[in-house]
Amino acid sequence: MTTGPLSKSMPLTTKLSHTAVFWIGFCVVMAVLIVAPLVLPEYWRRFLTEILIWGLLAMSSDILIGYTGMVSFGHSAFFGLGMYGAAAALLIVSPPNLWLAILFGLGGAAGAALFVAYFSTRLRDIYFAITTLIFSQIFYVIIFTWTEVTGGENGLIFSRPHFTIPFLYDTRFSTATLHWFVLAVVAGSYVLLRRIMQSPFGMVLQSIRENEARTRAIGYPVERYKIVAVMLSGLFAGLAGVLYAVQNQFAAAEFVFFTTSGDTVIFNVMGGIGTLVGPIVGAGFFQLIRELLSRIFGDQFPYLIPLGVIFIVMIIFLPQGLLGFARRWLNR
Amino acid sequence: MNQTAPRTEPIVLVEDVHTYYGKSHILHGVTLHVQPGEVVGLLGRNGVGKSTTLKTIMGLVRPSHGSVLLDGNAISGLPPHKLARLGIGYVPEDRRIFRLLTVMENLRTGLDRNGVTEERKAGLLDKAFTYFPVLAERRNQAGGTLSGGEQQMLAIARAMMLEPKIILLDEPTEGLMPRMVSQIRQIIDVLHREGVAILLVEQNVPLTLEASERVYIMEKGLVRHHCAASEIKVDDPVIRQHLGV
Amino acid sequence: MDAVAHFFQSIPVDLLIIQTVNGVVTGMILALVASGLTLIFGIMDVVNFAHGELFMLGAYVGVLVLTATGSFWIALVLSALIVALLGAAIQVATLRPLLGRDSLNTILATFGISLILQNYALWQFGPVARKIGEPITSHFNLFYLTYPWYRILIALLSAAIIGGFWLFLKYGKYGVWIRATTQDRVMAQAMGIPVPMVYTAVFAIGAAMAAASGVLFAPLVSVNHTMGLDWVLKAFIVVVIGGMGNLGGSIGAAIFISLLEAYAAIWVDPSQAVIVSFVVLILTLLFRPTGLFVPTPK
Repeated sequence: MTTGPLSKSMPLTTKLSHTAVFWIGFCVVMAVLIVAPLVLPEYWRRFLTEILIWGLLAMSSDILIGYTGMVSFGHSAFFGLGMYGAAAALLIVSPPNLWLAILFGLGGAAGAALFVAYFSTRLRDIYFAITTLIFSQIFYVIIFTWTEVTGGENGLIFSRPHFTIPFLYDTRFSTATLHWFVLAVVAGSYVLLRRIMQSPFGMVLQSIRENEARTRAIGYPVERYKIVAVMLSGLFAGLAGVLYAVQNQFAAAEFVFFTTSGDTVIFNVMGGIGTLVGPIVGAGFFQLIRELLSRIFGDQFPYLIPLGVIFIVMIIFLPQGLLGFARRWLNR
Repeated sequence: MNQTAPRTEPIVLVEDVHTYYGKSHILHGVTLHVQPGEVVGLLGRNGVGKSTTLKTIMGLVRPSHGSVLLDGNAISGLPPHKLARLGIGYVPEDRRIFRLLTVMENLRTGLDRNGVTEERKAGLLDKAFTYFPVLAERRNQAGGTLSGGEQQMLAIARAMMLEPKIILLDEPTEGLMPRMVSQIRQIIDVLHREGVAILLVEQNVPLTLEASERVYIMEKGLVRHHCAASEIKVDDPVIRQHLGV
Repeated sequence: MDAVAHFFQSIPVDLLIIQTVNGVVTGMILALVASGLTLIFGIMDVVNFAHGELFMLGAYVGVLVLTATGSFWIALVLSALIVALLGAAIQVATLRPLLGRDSLNTILATFGISLILQNYALWQFGPVARKIGEPITSHFNLFYLTYPWYRILIALLSAAIIGGFWLFLKYGKYGVWIRATTQDRVMAQAMGIPVPMVYTAVFAIGAAMAAASGVLFAPLVSVNHTMGLDWVLKAFIVVVIGGMGNLGGSIGAAIFISLLEAYAAIWVDPSQAVIVSFVVLILTLLFRPTGLFVPTPK
């Protein structure tokens, strides 16, 4: 797998064993996730699927936070546009078509991402963070107030598309098959993104993170790389939005609101930035603690208070996140 | 080496100090001392760790190994603002005047300490303005508008506001006109007469040999040579070897 | 030509003047919030995400003290003091350990704080908004409106607080410490200024200013746990437009965008009027990334 310039100097044996161990680990986790819906009760099946979707969103934002060194506080925009794009496809075209929903969702997210990327990549650090936040709020205000098209506060409700392979196969999603579909998309995205981050393109992003000025001095068009990174990140965030829409059969303005972006950042920090899988682990960790707390103390419990405390404690004492220790290994 | 070992309790004693910037090892075990009221020169090429030695004493850089003593008490690990109040004045290489603060405000940063009466403050200001009349003229002017030499005077005057036992002077004559250089030279003498110890880092070898009682010569993060200033001449082989003059 | 003339005739002059007054009033409160934010950024490179929550908590504490004592002015002072203490505690517990780390760590930490404070407020005070009355109920006539004097008073009080703070920065002993630390924190330390204490104090002052604006603003709206985010967003916009760390620029920018939003609200829904300030922000970033007003002195 690893054909980047860095791995060529490594001895063949360690390279092989590392790759082998990685893929064995990958397969074990996949096997567990594939079997899970068969043994889990309905509630937890949906719960697990949702973690995967949030994980995909968080993973998409890791491209920026972990690999390029830009903290996006605006991923809710891409997620939301993916969601509303899918909603548009599912409401306009009859019968609702899954692939069209994905296409529309990605289109919507790409549009938003292009817009955000063009303006905000000129800025760095906190300025980037603040502008992404403000851009996402622009999308939120538009979606929230444009009631005729977006349903405003009430959002849009639609029916779930079938799983189709044109001319070959057509079936309704069950919670289990939907889980497998989501798993396939998320796993595929992971493998693809990992490949991209190990490619020369990914290396340039990481070198921007380490030293932007030097990267520019070597002759890389840093701004262009950043724009592509934001686009890429936005596309996968949009994909997560599509999956969420398909799973829950609605699109709502509250998901475009800033809190979704905030959660995304929390997943990243908790799981470990710069690892791609870390954010998925972070999403799982977050959702599990939240579930645990509301089971113990009831639905009204302000679960975000203890989670916020954990978040801050982790920033101070465990800035690498839960999977941070494995960062080098995972990226090899 | 023995005849130059501390006779009385030194005011500053640096013992086997190792300092790192990130991964690069800057000081490889520096040992030196300054007696009360003594002017000590620290010579060496650029990048041998002279400034880092001063920063380490000031607490701006933490030594990874070794100790710094002030009046016999270990001070490594104390924050710089405590060290300033314990009596270390610092005049950094690039002067670091508060550019948007007026001359008066620059001086006040060192004056507004607890337990300093208004009379004493006035006395300290008077003294500074006597030594540096130009600062009195420019007292309400922003620090950033002063000339290089004036800024250097302000930096020294500012450190004097702390009533320090020792002043760490980092290249005070760098980039100054000859007239200014001789003024700085006079100030060093005045401070010396007042009993303030000075650790002087300089590229200007003749000035250092003239002003100091003892000199240390550093190379690659270590003190290579140590002697009384009178024992050494500007064209000494030692100087040529370590400073390449 | 006719169309243009018609457009100008259709602008309701009275409404324009009313909105100008409204814009200045909100602008002054926003300036008070933004001054704290820009001060904290200027001195310690911390973008305080929790600033809006300090505003919100200030309003809540104000409501509580007002209910207990019956005096709006006691509420204003006490709320500022209590929130200042809270701010100091927050700074010591979460930001001090992050000193020297990348500034992105601090934006994340303050984001965490805002999450905690907001949910605490929801938990403690419930989702129902609180209302408090204006301490001064007299009105004057502004065209067809009877305009409350209290709003004018808010603008004046905000200006007074900002002015008082400016005097403190300029002439106070600790004001000089703060300015020295802003310019060169290393040298400030070497001059014996206890920089960690200065940081804590500045954070507390910023918090107090946010809380004061919260109390002043509370009678105009209902107090609820989500009001912080709106304000922090606006304050961010103001601080970026005004130039990060630039006090004067922030005040100018606060009034500028509040006026724009007030005028925009003549034609569009107020919730859409915020887009105007978003657009101003984007344009500023495109053409004057250091801020629309005076280059940042540093």
